[in-house]
Amino acid sequence: MGGPTVATNLLAAQYIQGLADDALVYAQRLGEWVSRAPQIEEDMALANIGLDLLGQARALLTRVGELDGSGRSEDDLAYLRDEREFRNVHLLEQEVAGFGFEMARLLWFASYQWELYAGLRTSVDEVVAGVAAKALKEVTYHRDHATQWVLRLGDGTAESHERMQQALVDVEPYVTELFDDDPASVAAAESGVGVLPSSLEDAVRARVSAVVEEATVALPESARWRSRGGRDGVHSRPMGYLLAEMQHIARSNPGAQW
Amino acid sequence: MAEPVTEAGARPGGVLGGCAVARAICDVPDPEVPVVTIEDLGILRHLEVDESSRHVLVTITPTYSGCPAMEAIAQRVVHEAERAGYTCDVQTRLSPAWTTDWISARGRDRLRDFGIAPPPGAASTCSTVALDLHLRQTTCPQCGSTDTEELSRFGSTACKALLRCRSCREPFEMFKAL
Repeated sequence: MGGPTVATNLLAAQYIQGLADDALVYAQRLGEWVSRAPQIEEDMALANIGLDLLGQARALLTRVGELDGSGRSEDDLAYLRDEREFRNVHLLEQEVAGFGFEMARLLWFASYQWELYAGLRTSVDEVVAGVAAKALKEVTYHRDHATQWVLRLGDGTAESHERMQQALVDVEPYVTELFDDDPASVAAAESGVGVLPSSLEDAVRARVSAVVEEATVALPESARWRSRGGRDGVHSRPMGYLLAEMQHIARSNPGAQW
Repeated sequence: MAEPVTEAGARPGGVLGGCAVARAICDVPDPEVPVVTIEDLGILRHLEVDESSRHVLVTITPTYSGCPAMEAIAQRVVHEAERAGYTCDVQTRLSPAWTTDWISARGRDRLRDFGIAPPPGAASTCSTVALDLHLRQTTCPQCGSTDTEELSRFGSTACKALLRCRSCREPFEMFKAL
């Protein structure tokens, strides 16, 4: 028998870090909406969704620090890693680009996270299973929120319809990366820690397609290009600025407690 | 410590010994909604007092993953234990996930009296969310009318939504079913 080997734990840590970084980076982006959303209720909604994601990220990052043997805390991992060490997908690091774009991004990501966490409830890693069972309930609200807005904007005025349609086109190049099977997720699926990203794709696309159709807009046939590399730490231009904003206080005051 | 309280609706897993300190910890108010205690809300999952070592072991669970009140609650629990002359460890447990079903009947009454509508029935995570733009009917805690409308599903804290009563015209908050 024996426990999991060091190599197995490292791969599991990498996989969980991808989940954690997705949540952390999107929490940071959503925070930018506070005071800038179309209405004050929406400021609160997007901040609340970000807060849920931040909570998920904290628990998962703590687990990463335990599994990878480095002994790093959630704060060490959030504030002291450089860009190449972050494993989030490009979708979530993209700059805030209007409310329609945000709702398109949230619809895709929440639909993805919903299927992901539903599958991770039976993870052999107790922390991952616990986070997933809890987060699934939260993500149900996130997905519903995005759904309500996509319906309202898509099936709204001529102007809102056109802008919602354009937002779906703008988000499309970043969608496929969510379902790429990188080596860490293949290993995690084999060990029972994780689920294979590609196995989620059909359910997520079916869900988003149903909402989009009901909203009288359409998904583009296919994107003209697609993002890749996030799970390997290769990021797009906005990522460095996001990290600078997120990390500068902690890095300017080494060892500070708050 | 083996402590199997997992059922929805279960009370915290038994208060063992040390009545005064246990009572003080059960009565710690929620920092955001001070009319209800952490026991009322089902945030307090387990409390064990060891009289021989004058030590208290407390397990709490967050309502939402990112709930910022958890640190304040843990600090207050430790404070109450120390005030009663005990040392204290506070553990946070995510699983089983908190549900609004754990809010006690007393907690629901206190929320309503405070002007916060208690959560509607159990949340159904796994049912498909309806695709239509739907209105959810909730009873106004001020006047009792069911002619209410949702203004925002995300309220002043992660656990509440914002509604308005169309009868008495007052806005009010509702604990979201989770």
